[in-house]
Amino acid sequence: MSHPAILETIEAFGETTHIADPAKIVELCRYFKDDEKYIRLSGLTAVDWHPSEPRFEVVYLLHSIERNQRVRIKCKVHGANPEIDSVYSVWRAADWHEREVFDLFGITFRNHPNMVRILMPLDWDGHPLRKDYPVHGYKYSYPNE
Amino acid sequence: MNKSLEDNYATIQALQEQPANPAAPRRMTLNMGPQHPSTHGVLRIVLELEGETIRSAAPDIGFLHTGIEKQCEALTWAKALTLTDRVDYLANLSNNLVYCLTVEKLLQIEIPERAQWLRVMMTEFTRLNSHLVWLGTHALDIGAMSIFFYCFREREEILRILEMFSGQRMMTSYIRIGGLALEPPRGWEKAVGKFIRGFPSKVDEYENLLDSNPIWGIRTKGVGFISLEDMLDLGVTGPMIRGAGLALDCRKTAPYSSYGKFNFNVATQTGNDVYSRYRVRLQEMRESAKIITQALEGMPTGPLQADAPHVVLPDREKMKTQMEALIYHFKIVTEGFRVPAGEVYQCIESPRGEIGYYIVSDGTAKPYRVYMRTPSFANLMALPVMLKDTLIADSIASLGSMDFVLGDTDR
Repeated sequence: MSHPAILETIEAFGETTHIADPAKIVELCRYFKDDEKYIRLSGLTAVDWHPSEPRFEVVYLLHSIERNQRVRIKCKVHGANPEIDSVYSVWRAADWHEREVFDLFGITFRNHPNMVRILMPLDWDGHPLRKDYPVHGYKYSYPNE
Repeated sequence: MNKSLEDNYATIQALQEQPANPAAPRRMTLNMGPQHPSTHGVLRIVLELEGETIRSAAPDIGFLHTGIEKQCEALTWAKALTLTDRVDYLANLSNNLVYCLTVEKLLQIEIPERAQWLRVMMTEFTRLNSHLVWLGTHALDIGAMSIFFYCFREREEILRILEMFSGQRMMTSYIRIGGLALEPPRGWEKAVGKFIRGFPSKVDEYENLLDSNPIWGIRTKGVGFISLEDMLDLGVTGPMIRGAGLALDCRKTAPYSSYGKFNFNVATQTGNDVYSRYRVRLQEMRESAKIITQALEGMPTGPLQADAPHVVLPDREKMKTQMEALIYHFKIVTEGFRVPAGEVYQCIESPRGEIGYYIVSDGTAKPYRVYMRTPSFANLMALPVMLKDTLIADSIASLGSMDFVLGDTDR
């Protein structure tokens, strides 16, 4: 399995991970879906490696029913103004997963039809799953209470 | 004010100020939930209606978001396990199991066969428990009340068995990293055997009760259709996709915890409606009963914990006599154990579909990242597609057939 967008392939714990070029992620996902028969996007998430750079890793968990195989694609995204193209056009399953990553990590997905928060309130400040976000939140108690 | 919130208000205002066009059919925006009894928890759906027909449905989730993924990062590997119970409160042992399997994969420890078989048995009890709650409440939503009491009668028996094993009815945390928490109590075979021998006839009872009711048929057959292509594209799994004829089940395709040694069938139906999903779940209850019977009859002997003293808490008795055991206990409890750096994804078949944990370790005593791919979250994405252009009266049946748990959706 080789594609120009795949920079590196890692085999560990019996699982395959492809490190991909974030600029070509949509093209790569389209290739995986159409040519390699990974018709399901099982999950999509991110990992924050604060304070190192590139700070974020966006992780795509793919599943092929026909081949009974799973594969992982990872893209490294810089911490300053983190952005990556949305794969909504490839799998509609990306819709809520990308919104969740936007909500909890603050990574914006370009060309997503509805890039708004999904789990946190719409007027929430900050992105809770970032490593520099304290576990108990920014405010331990509210001043008006 | 936040940009997206402003946009939201602008949309609402624009909707309210729409000029009345007498030629166009009038549309009404209806808010359903978050306290609606048939949304089973706190799900809000914004429905746009044209008469009685739903033209669009927008689920609004997050009311039950408790930041479990974030909290896991602040706890040691062993302590984070107790949070996984709380993700999906109807399938807590499935969540325990998938977390333990993922961490064990990172630790590369071998689990004794007896523990694996007991894990299978316990997760199948969880499946029965979850399906019973689903059947009772789903039928109650549609208007069949008595079935609820029958289902909860059997569920109570299951909760008693869970309590017998772990001391807890719901938040059991019975499956631990490296094995199981406790040795089952004396006489457990008798209690499990008594329940499981009587259970298949109970399933027949539910089936008779519902299938002989013509209203049940009218309200479920041909309702809640969603095409298989849409489901695959939207990441739907579990009884939903099996009700459309695709035998997608992690227990068969990627067997974990000795599932390969059990003889069972994957229940499928081809109707792709609420009724098919009901048939799939009934059949799954029978298959689960088969698995539990096999586990009971062929239960291997041996230890319940892996031979990994740096991970598994030592025996209470040994702690009083052996220095080594006391040191290990002290170290595991105070600073926790370290898990080698790496990342793995492991998925299992929960009662609702594929539940997968993607765990990243940086080699310390706390998980670096725990991502929970929960079936309810992915399945709920299909709701707008399923409800589009259906009647509002059918929306309750369609919603119920998805069997989501909002704790599982919002985490």
